[in-house]
Amino acid sequence: MRISNWGNYPVVDADVLRPGSDSEAAGLVRNNPSLIARGQGRCYGDSSLHASCMLGTERLDRMLSFDDDMGLLTAESGLTLREIINVFVPRGWFVPVTPGTAHISLGGAVAADVHGKNHHAAGSFARHVEWIDILTAEKGVVRCSTTNEPELFRATCGGHGLTGIILRVALRLCRIPSAWIKQTTVKAANLAEIMESFEEYSAAPFSVAWIDCLQKGGALGRSILMFGDFCPRGELPGNENPLLLKQRRLFAVPFNAPSLALTPVSVKAFNAFYYARFPKGKNHSLVPYTGFFYPLDALLHWNRIYGKRGFIQYQFVLPVEASAKGLPAVLRRIANAGLGSFLAVLKLFGKQESAPGNMSFPVKGYTLALDFPISRNLFPLLDELDRIVLDHGGRHYLSKDARLSAKIFAQSYGKTLEDFLAVKSKWDPENKFTSSQAMRLRIRV
Amino acid sequence: MRGAGQSLAHDNGQKSIELQPLDFQKVVSMPTLLVLGATSDIARATALAFGKNGWNVQLAGRNMQALQPIASDLSIRTGMHANVFAFDALQADAHIRLWESLPECPDALLCAVGLLGNQVEAQKDAAKAEVILRTNFTGLVPIISHTANLFEERGNGLIIGISSVAGDRGRASNYFYGSAKAGFTAFLSGLRNRLSSKGVRVLTVKPGFVRTAMTEGLALPSMLTASPEEVAASIMKAVEKKRDVLYVKPCWRVIMAIIRLLPERLFKRLSL
Repeated sequence: MRISNWGNYPVVDADVLRPGSDSEAAGLVRNNPSLIARGQGRCYGDSSLHASCMLGTERLDRMLSFDDDMGLLTAESGLTLREIINVFVPRGWFVPVTPGTAHISLGGAVAADVHGKNHHAAGSFARHVEWIDILTAEKGVVRCSTTNEPELFRATCGGHGLTGIILRVALRLCRIPSAWIKQTTVKAANLAEIMESFEEYSAAPFSVAWIDCLQKGGALGRSILMFGDFCPRGELPGNENPLLLKQRRLFAVPFNAPSLALTPVSVKAFNAFYYARFPKGKNHSLVPYTGFFYPLDALLHWNRIYGKRGFIQYQFVLPVEASAKGLPAVLRRIANAGLGSFLAVLKLFGKQESAPGNMSFPVKGYTLALDFPISRNLFPLLDELDRIVLDHGGRHYLSKDARLSAKIFAQSYGKTLEDFLAVKSKWDPENKFTSSQAMRLRIRV
Repeated sequence: MRGAGQSLAHDNGQKSIELQPLDFQKVVSMPTLLVLGATSDIARATALAFGKNGWNVQLAGRNMQALQPIASDLSIRTGMHANVFAFDALQADAHIRLWESLPECPDALLCAVGLLGNQVEAQKDAAKAEVILRTNFTGLVPIISHTANLFEERGNGLIIGISSVAGDRGRASNYFYGSAKAGFTAFLSGLRNRLSSKGVRVLTVKPGFVRTAMTEGLALPSMLTASPEEVAASIMKAVEKKRDVLYVKPCWRVIMAIIRLLPERLFKRLSL
């Protein structure tokens, strides 16, 4: 079967086997010399691809227990954040950290140690995980946490499935007063302004900026900062149930768009339109959480707008002190190439707790995520960007990556990678758990 | 039924004291669904749909270890009660034991027990053939008959049987499974005929291709293939509309009508 992840690039022709229980999963791990777990296929590149065998977790999607006092949810790893939200938002609970789509599995959220708009306040996903049951190559199912087998726990969070098959996760949900977000938008005319705004509004628990990456000169980095928090009950108008939203209307992109649909001209037009849509200065509004956190989930199969050839999402982080220099260098290079995307997102990460063995992506600093349709000119451009990122002490997000070189990866992750491999060698000395990405980046014992 | 169930599911997670007496009353008056073969994907999806509509569920199956997480999942998602019971259709005394272990008489029965089996092996081995026949048909008769009698006595009830389009005409590729399902379909049809004037409804479900554990690894045409959730949704709709026979994807009704109409002289030479 031809399988690709969200970026539709690369594509592998391989089997996805879907166990329905621990013992079936153990059988698959025993009988296959090498494999990787795959959830919803919402990483963009090849983190969860394997040339011959993938273990799909879709059928492992049961909620096992919920503690109403602590908000502790235990569930199988194939359960999606979407399902969790659908069940728990009406009861006043929300996932503690969420990326821009809810169509990801719990196992994937742990394996990528995903971050969200609240990284500066809440850290990444792993901080809210109480424990993980992981099926290892050598020692069967192991329950690991910050206190039990902490090395394995830290390596599994952000380990992209390379330590074993995540079977169950205990996640601490957080209380919300309503399903509505008090949102503020701030228009920034250039990069300096947006960076200032991020600092100024760092008290808001959720924040992110859309950035127009085709601007040059004085308008380089013009953006719109969006921040907010869940709206307290008392501040909501009307007296409908504050935790219930009307069913959202979903649209679907019916087929792959022709590759001509996304040109620098159409992207430029879109960006101008999008920027103009927001009034000047600071604006407040009340929006449903769905639109605030998951604007694109309303458009099913939106990846098809990039055509059959697919796209690359390029995400990196630069340390705070290097950002003022590094970000303009990257943006200038992109604007000059004219290859910018309309889904460019800028965010200021907060402090990230890290311990040896943990390969999670975030570090305190600015992260920029950009979409590029695949074209002949793209790969040389990205190679150049890699150098700029590396020169400024930054690194790349593996969940988005499909083409980074092993050399750049090893240089940017450095000691972090060595420590990770030291843990992997204890639990998976034969490299049973490997992916196309791990092969390419030589993340192996 | 629907409105009450939904509001219960939402209220349940909230610790509001004044709601509790109301909740209690609702729970005791909630109907109960007994599911046979509850580890199947169609059974799970359908039980979940009933739960969301305010039904408590009793899940019965062979593998208690596999039933437990399904029950937990159901009760967390719906806020309704979900209990598990051991049941093996192939053991004669299991039928009585199951009935004795139930804390209350269910208001509806969903029978989702089924085994595709291996046609080629069954052709050579009568014991294997018999397992297919019993699992899909004769093994289910005692418990369904017993339930039907109780429902008849009470003057209400609902019996849902998951049969198959494979039972609409015997084919070389799966006629052990197909003939057992044909028998099951005829049994349900007769039951419906007998009980229609007694307030008991019988729904025969012919799902067509469904993406489940049973069909894992088979290449299925996507136009003709439903998800377990789609099957569950159409079952809920069919129950609401008091339908008798349900083809989940309507195109299957047409396809099977044509296949049934083919003259045997022609049909015997086809490989379908």
